[in-house]
Amino acid sequence: MYHYDDFDQAFVAARVAQFRDQVARRLSGELTEEQFRPHRLMNGLYLQLHSYMLRVAVPYGTLNARQMRKLADIARAYDRGYGHFTTRQNIQYNWPALKHVPDILAELAAVEMHAIQTSGNCIRNVTADHFAGVAHDEIADPRPYAEILRQWSSLHPEFSFLPRKFKIAVNGAAHDRAVIQAHDIGLQIVRDEAGELGFTVYVGGGLGRSPFIGRKVREFLPERDLLGYVEAILRVYNLEGRRDNKFKARIKILLHEKTLETLKDEIEAEFAERDATLLDLPQSEVARVAAFFAPPALEPKKPGSDRVERRKGKDARFASFFAANVTAHKQPGYVVVTVSLKPIGAPPGDASADQMDAVADLAEDYSHDEIRVSHEQNLILPHVALDDLPAVYDRLASVGLATPNAGQISDIIACPGLDYCTLATARSIPVAERIAQKFGDGAKAKAVGPLKIKISGCINACGHHHVGHIGILGLERAGEETYQITLGGSGDETAAIGQIVGPGFSSENVVGAVETLVETYMGLRTSEAETFLDAFRRVGLAPFKEALYERSAGSDI
Amino acid sequence: MALWRTGGFAEDSWTRLADDTPAPAEGAVVVSLRRWLAEREALSQRKAPVGVSVEAGADAQAHLSDLADRPLVALAFAKFADGRAFSYARLLRDRHGFKGELRAAGDVLIDEIPLMLRCGFDAFDVTDAPTLAALEAGRLPGPALHYQPASVAGERPAGSRPWLRADISQRKL
Ligand code: HEM
Ligand code: SF4
Repeated sequence: MYHYDDFDQAFVAARVAQFRDQVARRLSGELTEEQFRPHRLMNGLYLQLHSYMLRVAVPYGTLNARQMRKLADIARAYDRGYGHFTTRQNIQYNWPALKHVPDILAELAAVEMHAIQTSGNCIRNVTADHFAGVAHDEIADPRPYAEILRQWSSLHPEFSFLPRKFKIAVNGAAHDRAVIQAHDIGLQIVRDEAGELGFTVYVGGGLGRSPFIGRKVREFLPERDLLGYVEAILRVYNLEGRRDNKFKARIKILLHEKTLETLKDEIEAEFAERDATLLDLPQSEVARVAAFFAPPALEPKKPGSDRVERRKGKDARFASFFAANVTAHKQPGYVVVTVSLKPIGAPPGDASADQMDAVADLAEDYSHDEIRVSHEQNLILPHVALDDLPAVYDRLASVGLATPNAGQISDIIACPGLDYCTLATARSIPVAERIAQKFGDGAKAKAVGPLKIKISGCINACGHHHVGHIGILGLERAGEETYQITLGGSGDETAAIGQIVGPGFSSENVVGAVETLVETYMGLRTSEAETFLDAFRRVGLAPFKEALYERSAGSDI
Repeated sequence: MALWRTGGFAEDSWTRLADDTPAPAEGAVVVSLRRWLAEREALSQRKAPVGVSVEAGADAQAHLSDLADRPLVALAFAKFADGRAFSYARLLRDRHGFKGELRAAGDVLIDEIPLMLRCGFDAFDVTDAPTLAALEAGRLPGPALHYQPASVAGERPAGSRPWLRADISQRKL
């Protein structure tokens, strides 16, 4: 993984000192809240109803044991003993005191971490595929590019006061695990006919109140041009993005109002004028950064493991864990283990300090000191020898982290909702908990197969409901929580915005509605191999609509 | 209000002209962009310098090239959070070869000045009291190391990455 050199370390230290000074000036009253706001946001600090909330970046989702232990220490010392892993490869602390935040940032800097640009109207922390470097369908590791973009965007003098936040994601595999088409800029690594590496560039994706799937602005951008082209996009956006209405300020709206063709032409014109000598990526620099992400030297192993087979034979729960949470590694004899942060009946994405420490220990003992954070709010041990899997599983189970539901119906993404969030119109965590309880993590969930449910507590869509196979949006109607259901959303390379199935459901009935949807799917699928999303794409809304509103009771029309 | 340049506070020798005030024969003046576009020929006849002051807005962008030969351009920040003038500044310096004084006016605050400097501003009309106090004390906040090249003299390449820059003069926090 990437390691700071003297320059990086000095930069982060200076940034902490700068923020310490800003906090002191805020506490003394010299800075008004309005003046302080953009500075605290550029350091990941939100003001919630009762407290500040600090969002720490886990750049492109990669961290080591020492960093994870530091996150645990911070949770203990400055928070209430836990943290919340989010859909943007961040961890959030919900209860820090303003006066402690500079100290927290200093502690983070000691382990090469920071909270720079995790919020605010700037270029946010760059995200990437959480299976980067281990996926067998990978064209190239996206992290060197994410790291280069992270550096280039850090305190960018021109782009620190954009019309709105700006999110960039990079994916390096054939399968899109980084939801790139729901980002302001999505970069897909590709190779051209000559085998040269480059990017297909998408612009203008985004969720929120007006969801859009990103549009392709460049089929093939040579690697060398990455920074020049991204800068061109940002300059056009900074100059022309709307500043009169924050709900219309994202680049997706600019694209929509200008049309794709015009925006594309403006980006290309700006790109043509760039100073190539300053921003062209030299191959040597890419190679230098890429070397940090070279895979660890894994001892060659034979592909199967008798130990795992024996355990699967006598332990059904282990077998379920193996089926759901274990993914092939590109090197035979190794696997990628997903540590589900979705135990049945608990808030999605939360981890206690002790759990973080346990994962850190496991990473050191079994995963070459590497951990990943996924946008699906789970943790990942990326390099586990197959033979070690039973031991890893037992240790995860001992701290409540062996829930065998990765990718299944109870592996739900949910935003904080009305329980924590000032903007919420409905609760989302309790709905997630009840759905998870209904299907569990056993045979019933397994029979349903891969199915992504995503829940947001208001139209801001922090829970990604638009791209859930089943999306649930909590609204308030006449003082009652109402849940609108969308079907067929998808966040991968076949990205789509879900379609509203019909009138919403009460909190009481929404779980039953999901059950009806699942039963309908299981009744009409051609075989177990046809997933919910595939089936929906074949049959459309009609059978689901009929099941919900014509046949079953429980709808609240 | 006080004028601050990279070297310190300075006397402002420029007079701001309202659109309906006739231009005096002598002395450096600053006129609005609208007036510059309307009276360009007449104003160009003056022997004394004419600078142009620009409000943030769509037409500002379209007329940046008209300003390249001016001895002074003032870009106004209606609100410090309106970041368009950062791009105007870079375009003026890098694309249009503007060599005159580039002045930030309006909502100019101490925490933004380092970013403005890096985008090519070199003079600041300051009214905010804490900002004045900080400048008087010689405090320019923020890292002296940068991850991207910018439109400013006084930085040198740093380290192996071609886009890294460091301030030549070490500033203190
Ligand atoms: C509890 C405090 C939070 C507040 C006040 C908040 C606020 C918002 C707002 C206002 C938006 C809409 C922005 C727009 O459309 O331009 C948004 C979008 C989003 N938030 Fe949050 N959020 C919170 C927590 C979270 C959490 C915990 C996560 C991750 C689990 C998250 C992830 C996102 C994502 C992924 C989006 C969608 C961005 C897009 O439109 O592409 N937020 N948030
Ligand atoms: S979707 Fe709405 S309720 Fe949920 S966290 Fe975002 S702003 Fe809050």
